[in-house]
Amino acid sequence: MSSGGMGKTYADGEVIVRQGESGDCMFAIQKGQIEVIRRGKDGEVRVAVLEEGEIFGEMAIFEREARSATVRALGEARVLTVDKKTFLRRVQEDPSLAFNLVRMMSRRIRRLSGEIAELQPGSAPRSQDTLALTDAERQIERRKRPERRVTKDRRSGGNRRMDAERRGGAAASARSA
Amino acid sequence: MRPTAKTAGQQKYLASYFEEEDERLALADGSRIGVIGGGPAGSFFAYFLIKMAESVGLDISVDIYEPRFFAHRGPAGCNHCGGVVSESLVQLLATEGINLPPTVVRRGIDSYVLHTDVGQVHIDTPLQEMRIAAVYRGNGPKQSEPVDIAGFDRHLLDLSTKVGAKVVRKLVTGFDWDHGKPQIRTADGAAVIYDLVAVAAGVNSHILEQLNSPAMDYQSPGTLRAFISEFHLGQATIDQWLGNSMHVFLLDIPRLEFAALIPKGDFATLCLLGEDVDEQLIESFLATPEVKACFPGAVVPTPVCHCFPRINVRAAVRPFADRIVWIGDSGVNRLFKDGIGSAYRTAKAAARTAIFRGISKADFEKGFWPECRTLIVDNRIAKLIFGVTTLIQRLRFLRRGVLRMTAREQREAGKHRLMSSVLWDVFTGSAPYKEILLRTFHPVFPLRLAWNLVVGNMVRTEHKSVKESRK
Repeated sequence: MSSGGMGKTYADGEVIVRQGESGDCMFAIQKGQIEVIRRGKDGEVRVAVLEEGEIFGEMAIFEREARSATVRALGEARVLTVDKKTFLRRVQEDPSLAFNLVRMMSRRIRRLSGEIAELQPGSAPRSQDTLALTDAERQIERRKRPERRVTKDRRSGGNRRMDAERRGGAAASARSA
Repeated sequence: MRPTAKTAGQQKYLASYFEEEDERLALADGSRIGVIGGGPAGSFFAYFLIKMAESVGLDISVDIYEPRFFAHRGPAGCNHCGGVVSESLVQLLATEGINLPPTVVRRGIDSYVLHTDVGQVHIDTPLQEMRIAAVYRGNGPKQSEPVDIAGFDRHLLDLSTKVGAKVVRKLVTGFDWDHGKPQIRTADGAAVIYDLVAVAAGVNSHILEQLNSPAMDYQSPGTLRAFISEFHLGQATIDQWLGNSMHVFLLDIPRLEFAALIPKGDFATLCLLGEDVDEQLIESFLATPEVKACFPGAVVPTPVCHCFPRINVRAAVRPFADRIVWIGDSGVNRLFKDGIGSAYRTAKAAARTAIFRGISKADFEKGFWPECRTLIVDNRIAKLIFGVTTLIQRLRFLRRGVLRMTAREQREAGKHRLMSSVLWDVFTGSAPYKEILLRTFHPVFPLRLAWNLVVGNMVRTEHKSVKESRK
């Protein structure tokens, strides 16, 4: 990439932000693509692929939470860091600075809502860039099987027996009444 | 004729977005807006005005009067400026969704080199990242090779046309009022009436004089003459001698306030600011060993292009009236630094006011003027800071102390970079001057400076070690 590009160049696969780390900046993609990876109990899931012109890591600007996902360069990518301090200093003078961010976050929420609504249990995710809304998919599946939670008692044997005895006693006293 | 909110000739009063009052000057569906000047201020104003109008569902049309195409090399297509987009502005524009492509950025700057007669020091950006953009305002200097580049002004003008602004390729020759509405006259004799006019003509334009009338309270800004020139060095020489650093000179030369050498593609731009820069000042500056040392063989080449543009050093008086607002250089600017950043701030404040408040003098006073006032107040602090900088320029023992403190901060990783961050922000114009001043009130700052002043002046061999700190 030429010396005229803004930001920093990341090699293919290089980590830009790591899930769980604290952050005080967001990023604007100047060139190339990046992938957003979420690490869960079942391993890594690619949440999204973002392209030139898009912004990521903005949650760190508004919340004091750890990074919610890992972001890696997908091929060579040039990314510009936007300091939290620079952004917040200016946004309190010019709140309209946040318009573009709000629009972008709104588009993402709209897209994700649409994909959750259309997601069928067991089916592949709809779009290629949002490869797996696995958490959402699992939640939908869980909601569609409520009977399992009702019928299957996961308590230990002792607790189950005590509860059964309590219920039996209550029923007997009700009958005697 | 001076317009007022209740001029009898105005048949239709417009309602602002938030206030549905009658008899209020505001934009409405079908409103026409004229922008005089297609430099950064004019383009930013048009871009944000259209985007904000879209967001509130307002259908307006915007004409930008700009006779230049910014496609010619040399002065014909240039806006005569150092061409540095500050670190904070690069970030803010990225947040707005405006990125600067490599065809526009002639060099990403990641560090500064401070040159003095007692040594030099390399100051790195905290993130080791290119966040300052060296750009051409036109399409490159005279004698430059025709390459696939776009000037910064052209890039912004294209952005505003993409969102719907229309560029009128005519020279504005006159301005008048017609039944309380501003009227723009052009060289071909045409006259167009607008609901709102934004003047973004810069301080080197003749049209500002015409607007300097007692009918409006506006008085054009105070100016100083600067000097800008371009040296053709070639990419390889620039890589070797200047690198990705902006070179700043703190030299004891009378009337010189600020001097910088900015690498851009095959060229390096020299920018001199001071009390009416003239040939004598330029010659004394170029004759110093510190400047010569930046060029191969210690020989300063003949510049291929140069100009003496005027720069805004004192804010315009009342840069707003009913249906008219002055933005960028023709209104209020940051002192000596970040002119493009000031254009962005004032243009956006004017656009915000026009859409969300209204276009009367009172509306601009409430919505636009506070942004200008912030810059004016900050410029007062800037005068204090530049006063101290001048003192450092004049007194060698101060230069030794400052240089030693900066060099040690840069050498020792993890050390709190107090002087480095102050110098970085003074040179880059990234932070408000008030914030820079407050940083010097850090209890450690005066103590560390005092220590470095003592040691730096006792141990003269420090000169050598400071020079070694350059990468």
